[in-house]
Amino acid sequence: MSKTIIEVNDDNFDKEILKSDKPVLLDFWAPWCGPCKAIGPVIDGLAADYGDRVTFAKMNVDDNPATPSQYEVRAIPTLMIFKDGKVSEQATGMMPKTKIEDLIKKAL
Amino acid sequence: MEKPDYDIVIIGGGPAGLTAGLYASRARLKTLLLEKMAPGGQALVTDWIENYPGFPEGISGVDLVDKMTEQARRFDLEIETGDVVSLGLGSEAGSDPGLKTIVLQDKTISASAIIIASGASPTPLGAPGEERFFGRGLSFCATCDGPFYKDKVVVAVGGGDTAVQESLFLTRFAKKVYLVHRRDQLRATGILQERILANPKIEILWDCVVSGINGLSNIENIAVENVKTGAQKTIAADGLFVWIGIMPSTSFLNGVAKLDSSNFILTNEKMETSIPGVFAAGDVRSKSLRQISTAVGDAAVAAFSAEHYIESLKS
Repeated sequence: MSKTIIEVNDDNFDKEILKSDKPVLLDFWAPWCGPCKAIGPVIDGLAADYGDRVTFAKMNVDDNPATPSQYEVRAIPTLMIFKDGKVSEQATGMMPKTKIEDLIKKAL
Repeated sequence: MEKPDYDIVIIGGGPAGLTAGLYASRARLKTLLLEKMAPGGQALVTDWIENYPGFPEGISGVDLVDKMTEQARRFDLEIETGDVVSLGLGSEAGSDPGLKTIVLQDKTISASAIIIASGASPTPLGAPGEERFFGRGLSFCATCDGPFYKDKVVVAVGGGDTAVQESLFLTRFAKKVYLVHRRDQLRATGILQERILANPKIEILWDCVVSGINGLSNIENIAVENVKTGAQKTIAADGLFVWIGIMPSTSFLNGVAKLDSSNFILTNEKMETSIPGVFAAGDVRSKSLRQISTAVGDAAVAAFSAEHYIESLKS
């Protein structure tokens, strides 16, 4: 996994995501999800391009039940952009790189 | 003749695209595979594949396409992320038939031949409320979203292999799965029918269609109508999984190659489309059985035909 993507959990979600001074792209994933695995390298690539302006994070929904439930995540991969502690954009399912890039650009 | 960037450009990285890439690369043709996301295609959302020969215990869709990708890369297939916007097929007046262009969002690539293996995506239900609930209870992928429905009630729709196989997978999590099917018998293959009819967690609603999806922010209930009697019924459910068929991904063609009435690409047995030097393979092609095993067969033929086409340009 790329160094530029931080792994967050239910315990540090508040600190790393809600209190982040930069916009955050959070990727909800799980090891059993094929499309999540496929989307991983695409997000890695975007992290290399936008990592200086946006924090990239991922959360394993198997190990961390509280946050997905709080944000009503019922499908993965789900990507959420957090800005000033609030969800500003979100998208679910397999999506092309350009769509993820659009989410990021809207948050900048 | 202007020299193209590649001998062959393959559009789509599912089993058909990867197999075409394997064959073309082994033939030592300079080949690029373009994939919108990451290699895999619909196989990525398939829980378990037990009808692809060589894996007697079955194999997960993710593992199978990983192996296919690794095998194609071994022979130097180039794989790039790219979303094709349109094609220039060398059929325009005055243009060189051996030089085709593939227009992406950020650049244009040229090739002598194109293999279209862009696959298909699930057909939406067309029921009111559908778009609003995608990711909020509505899903096309049991392996992705099934585990969110532990001890809950879900409704599945369809009657083919995918609907039956994935409904069976959902019973690992859900306490009850209703399968809504518009006819009075299933289309799924024999062994899958045996399994679903024997599964106590599954109730099949024959001759029924989904007429409405309801809920505040997430799905709370599904309205179902019997197409023979007109009887309506509401099922309290947390999830709705839809497997009623697939639509080909052919929008970038802009109608230049001949399609069948459902927009799948027409080919002959050499996988030639109506445009010389453009071939099609896999689920995007008009054919009777869409499986990984038939996709890879198409792809081998398409790559072989493309190789012959490129040779014919030189003579």
